[in-house]
Amino acid sequence: MASAVEDRADNRQSPLSDAVVVRFAGDSGDGMQLTGGQFTLSSALAGNDFATFPDFPAEIRAPQGTLFGVSAFQINFGSSAIDTAGDAPDVLVAMNPAALKTNVPSLKQGGLIIADEGEFNDRNLAKAKYDANPLEDGSLAKWQLLKLNISQLTVEAVKQFGLGTKDALRCKNMWTLGLALWMFDRDRQPLIDWLNGKFAKDPNLAAANVAALNAGHAYGETAELAGPLKQHHVDPAPAAPGLYRTLTGAEGIALGLVAGAQLAKLPMFFGGYPITPASAILHHLSRLKEYDVTTFQAEDEIAAICSAIGASYGGSLGVTSSSGPGIALKGEAMGLAIMTELPLVIVNSQRGGPSTGLPTKTEQSDLYQAVYGRNGDAPLPVIAARSPGDAFDCAIEAVRIAVQYMTPVMLLTDGYIANAAEPWAVPDLTTYEAFSVEFLTEVPEGGFKPYGRDENLKRPWVKPGTPGLLHRIGGIEKELDTGHINYEASNHQAMTDIRKDKIDGIKVPDQVVELGAEGGKLAVVGWGSTFGPIHQAVRRKRAEGADVSHIHIRHIWPLPANLGELLKSYDKVIVPEMNTGQLKTVLRDQYLVDAKPVNKVSGQPFTIAEIEAAIEEALA
Amino acid sequence: MNEMTTIARTTTLKDWETDQEVRWCPGCGDYAILKAVQRTMPEIGTAPENTVFISGIGCSSRFPYYMETYGFHTIHGRAPAFATGLKLANPGLDIWIVTGDGDGLSIGGNHTMHLIRRNLDCQIMLFNNEIYGLTKGQYSPTSRVGTSSPSTPYGSVDRPAQPAAFALGAGARFVARGFDVSKKLPEVLKAAHAHKGAAFIEIFQNCIVYNKDVFEDFAAPKGAEDRQLWLENGEPMLFAKGTKGIALDSVELHLKVVDVVDGDWQSAGVIVHDVTNRSVAHMLVEMRFGEFPMALGVLYDDPRPTFEADVWRQNKAASEGKKADLQGLLKKGQTWTVTESGPEL
Repeated sequence: MASAVEDRADNRQSPLSDAVVVRFAGDSGDGMQLTGGQFTLSSALAGNDFATFPDFPAEIRAPQGTLFGVSAFQINFGSSAIDTAGDAPDVLVAMNPAALKTNVPSLKQGGLIIADEGEFNDRNLAKAKYDANPLEDGSLAKWQLLKLNISQLTVEAVKQFGLGTKDALRCKNMWTLGLALWMFDRDRQPLIDWLNGKFAKDPNLAAANVAALNAGHAYGETAELAGPLKQHHVDPAPAAPGLYRTLTGAEGIALGLVAGAQLAKLPMFFGGYPITPASAILHHLSRLKEYDVTTFQAEDEIAAICSAIGASYGGSLGVTSSSGPGIALKGEAMGLAIMTELPLVIVNSQRGGPSTGLPTKTEQSDLYQAVYGRNGDAPLPVIAARSPGDAFDCAIEAVRIAVQYMTPVMLLTDGYIANAAEPWAVPDLTTYEAFSVEFLTEVPEGGFKPYGRDENLKRPWVKPGTPGLLHRIGGIEKELDTGHINYEASNHQAMTDIRKDKIDGIKVPDQVVELGAEGGKLAVVGWGSTFGPIHQAVRRKRAEGADVSHIHIRHIWPLPANLGELLKSYDKVIVPEMNTGQLKTVLRDQYLVDAKPVNKVSGQPFTIAEIEAAIEEALA
Repeated sequence: MNEMTTIARTTTLKDWETDQEVRWCPGCGDYAILKAVQRTMPEIGTAPENTVFISGIGCSSRFPYYMETYGFHTIHGRAPAFATGLKLANPGLDIWIVTGDGDGLSIGGNHTMHLIRRNLDCQIMLFNNEIYGLTKGQYSPTSRVGTSSPSTPYGSVDRPAQPAAFALGAGARFVARGFDVSKKLPEVLKAAHAHKGAAFIEIFQNCIVYNKDVFEDFAAPKGAEDRQLWLENGEPMLFAKGTKGIALDSVELHLKVVDVVDGDWQSAGVIVHDVTNRSVAHMLVEMRFGEFPMALGVLYDDPRPTFEADVWRQNKAASEGKKADLQGLLKKGQTWTVTESGPEL
């Protein structure tokens, strides 16, 4: 097994290990996401810190056994802080030849392969484009190999329940989970409880799944002495006492939006259109009607944002969400929200682009689109979440800015954050400061000016239905104060300046240094979901004595006021991004700093090692 | 119109006029429609502050600036989507959508269809002038074949859409027709407002600059009796001073014009207009002018539950007995507690 995990020598359990990366890979019908999800819960209950990375195909039911139909779930768990889903797996569970072929190249040298040899028949080998059976031809020699006929073992374990072969084989993932639970010395009971709950309507099926789980676990116990299979124990990570839960980014966004609306004391209207990987936010919110949430599945992306703007006009908090292609369609409406100065939150769960690109893979390539991607001088604030838990707080922040400045706000996450789960210390909502919205309800002193402004340059929010404040708004240039149509040159200059000044003047917290010091040889500047690998890489390099610091930017636009000076206090600045250098360009433009790009656009997150290599190169 | 629209108010035409300078071309049919609407509003008896005019882009879409109500001049073709969000946020508002043949049937055809299909409670006034006016005269989706325009110098070749047929096909529960200078337009507007649900009104409108008098063949006062069929619920479909009527050819199953002798429309087989008869409505919207008179007035009116009412009903039902306890919600799902001795479920 991996260097981080020491094998047990003579005792039942191995000594403390730092972190382990396990990757479950199988056909998209094999239930790998479910297996991974339940193993994640078990990691949480074992007190480990963890991060996960679900990696699944764009096709719903890809043809069985094919390379493009492989679905995988990676989890990194350990006894100290875990920020990423891990670089190279220590353990790969491969449920068929295609899963082995697509995943084994990333397995750590000397890592363990657990393969279901029952699936390595001629037909599946051919589908995976193997000329010879890799389990037999020695091509896997640099790893440890454990071949088990999981299919057959599962069918035998559930024989007494009289299931058909097809249903019996569907218990394979529970057999595999049982084995994994044994390998990492985990308690089976919570999983048994979960299975009984899940299949409450079919006790026979529940019993079969429990039997498969137990059989996998028992297999580990009895087969322990032979071969490479050993049991390992990963100690709990130190965590502050309190209530924890697993949280995905989509859940974080949905809950954060609800919390934001409540802090603003507004009903929420969410207009959405199905798109991967953003749909999960719509799904979560559509079940929360008791929180004064109305969800609307519109006829298209344009109608989704326009309905949200219509609701904001009516006095609700309008929210829309999509991914890159849908955000592109919403661009014109964003301009209208900027022109009419109505609050709106736009969530972009970024995915690989351009065009349809890689719908289920992650990327950070919509930063230009967020900051610049509209016709005209059309500035709007942009916030980026770093993790599922951070997405909760970013969503609240987005709502706050939207209502306090009467502006659309773009909130960026990505496919990795949306799908990944992490342990989250449930926050105490009473610690969040409310920012109740006040609507204008009567003519103020000096008369009503629909485009009059407060000290934040915010215009008043008036709900239709309010007597005495009747007015018209629209996308044609507005006259200062009155909001009437006005085409005059000086007025357009003044209004353009006001729109810019309003956004530039948004108060965002000063930039802090996440790790390291203000000033020094090298700053690694990141944003969004690259937080994890950058943080770990900087931590490791600092432990080796390198003069390197980590700066993570949450407020992409406007940027923190002190950021320019901070960046100039380092000899060198590198910017790792899952794009071809978008934040890098913004930083160079804004501060004339010689920021150097570190780029990866493979649809996969950075590994820690890749960032470490970039740091070494920059410091060389 | 919505049952929740309870704020009634006595107003005059003046109360519905803004101080904004109207910027349509002199002689534009839009002026007559604006006056008709401003004249209708006091008769409806709603309050200006409870009324919202929402438009897209085009000549007709300037309409909200001239109504002393709340108004939202949005983006091209999307007015129905803004209206949907607004109505869901506040079902008590009385919403009027103003659109045109390009705005509502070309760039925004999708939204028009879905608003009608969902049956959002609002009035949709589609000003049909069979041309793009604001962009200086290109042919539109309702232009007749052969329309010569800057973008079709050799004449358009594509067949036009029929707004009323489109609306009915999309599932409309109210379809009416009128034209800009018609004295009967306010009655049509009132009927549309009285209908609870999406009320679609096609208003033929004369674009004096780019498509002048294109509806003159039926809209001209002279000979109007012979060329206009004004439909009245419960009344026989008669025109030409009662000397002609519309009957059903029961062999070939289509409508036909029949002569009525001495007012005996019954023996001529003239159909009595039933606004709830969907089959006849389908035939009325398809009646080709020339062979037939232009069918005007309320062609179809048969309400059913509205979208926003159903959404609110469902939201309420789904919330019943549930407490909005966000702190509790955060604690749901896969949770565990970390204590001094470690984690536990």
